[in-house]
Amino acid sequence: MYTQGLDSLGKESLHVGSADTAALEARFQARIDADDKIEPKDWMPDAYRHTLIRQISQHAHSEIVGMLPEGNWITRAPTLRRKAVLIAKVQDEGGHGMYLYSAAETLGISRQQMLEQLLAGTAKYSSIFNYPTLTWADVGAIGWLVDGAAIMNQIPICRCSYGPYARAMVRICKEESFHQRQGFEIMLALARGTAQQRAMAQDALHRWWWPSIMMFGPSDTDSKHTAQSMRWKIKRFSNDELRQKFIDITVPQAQFLGLAIPDPELGWDEAAQHYRFGAIDWSEFQAVLKGSGPCNRERLGARVRAHEDGEWVREAAAAHADKQRARAAAQAA
Amino acid sequence: MTDDWPLFEVFIRSRSGLEHKHVGSLHAADARMAIEHARDVYTRRQEGVSIWVVRSNDILASDPDEADALFEPARDKVYRHPTFYAIPDEVKNL
Repeated sequence: MYTQGLDSLGKESLHVGSADTAALEARFQARIDADDKIEPKDWMPDAYRHTLIRQISQHAHSEIVGMLPEGNWITRAPTLRRKAVLIAKVQDEGGHGMYLYSAAETLGISRQQMLEQLLAGTAKYSSIFNYPTLTWADVGAIGWLVDGAAIMNQIPICRCSYGPYARAMVRICKEESFHQRQGFEIMLALARGTAQQRAMAQDALHRWWWPSIMMFGPSDTDSKHTAQSMRWKIKRFSNDELRQKFIDITVPQAQFLGLAIPDPELGWDEAAQHYRFGAIDWSEFQAVLKGSGPCNRERLGARVRAHEDGEWVREAAAAHADKQRARAAAQAA
Repeated sequence: MTDDWPLFEVFIRSRSGLEHKHVGSLHAADARMAIEHARDVYTRRQEGVSIWVVRSNDILASDPDEADALFEPARDKVYRHPTFYAIPDEVKNL
């Protein structure tokens, strides 16, 4: 909140020398170490602010772009119940984007700037949404795996050191668990269905497994932001820790469905009490991130088109608001 | 591109008898639209029975740098709490 009030932010850092900055930074880190929360108008290092702006806006963009692959199936959901559920889920994703944009705005970036970055293609969003949803089973696989991975990533962020982000995540995580359960329910219905439906579920798992486990980001050894983000308590667990946790809980769920995970090296490691898994093809992850995924152009194109098609609505709403204001002013006079 | 619509802060009363509580913010062309959007963004699961919206620009907030000056004076006034007073155990209902 208080975006506009942020104009006054940063004045402290403009007027202080480097010795004072060091003192402010030490005090800031001490607050973080004491598990104190940082709020919008508090002093914070520029790098902390920029890391959060990057992370929260990317997260918001992911929610917004994430509406597209599933929205694709609203008109073709197999029953009215499934359709109502899918609409509710897609609407939730839109809502999550809104919570996150408003959290990012408290750091001094405007909604307009973030929107422009998304539409211009300069902002990143989760690479998972650049894969196509080819069958109805993909809607199930997304809820089960993609939302499942997202929840695993997001629950620790509920304790993030930045108050507005943490509060947005609490709200989001509460809503996400329905997303994952409805996805698993779709997979279960297919897995217990005809041979053709089982094959469809298996095909979806086959295509979504690796992209889902890549959602946790690069391996710890290659993750350039992890150490600093952990010190700032923006991040609580490393990418590899979360990935392992996700695999450990998801493999038994796939076994329950009677579906095979497309990893020949996957197996239980009794000594480590974890599932071992095969090497991840990071070149694919990088390629999709850089714009060469199956749907990058289509997704961004759909966003740009939606924005342009909505232009007249925004203009009309602004004109209506102006007219109401003018009328109220005339009546008051 | 049209300019950003103004930012509104949203407060929700979760059920009657409780106070309105800040839940977040959103952009809207005017206050009426802000309430309608707040319904969709913040009460999709019956989280509220009443909504307040206020232009973010109209909120005045205390400065965190002045927090000590503002709140420090209350710190040494422990006599404002009932536990400050030692009363013998035999005395009841006090």
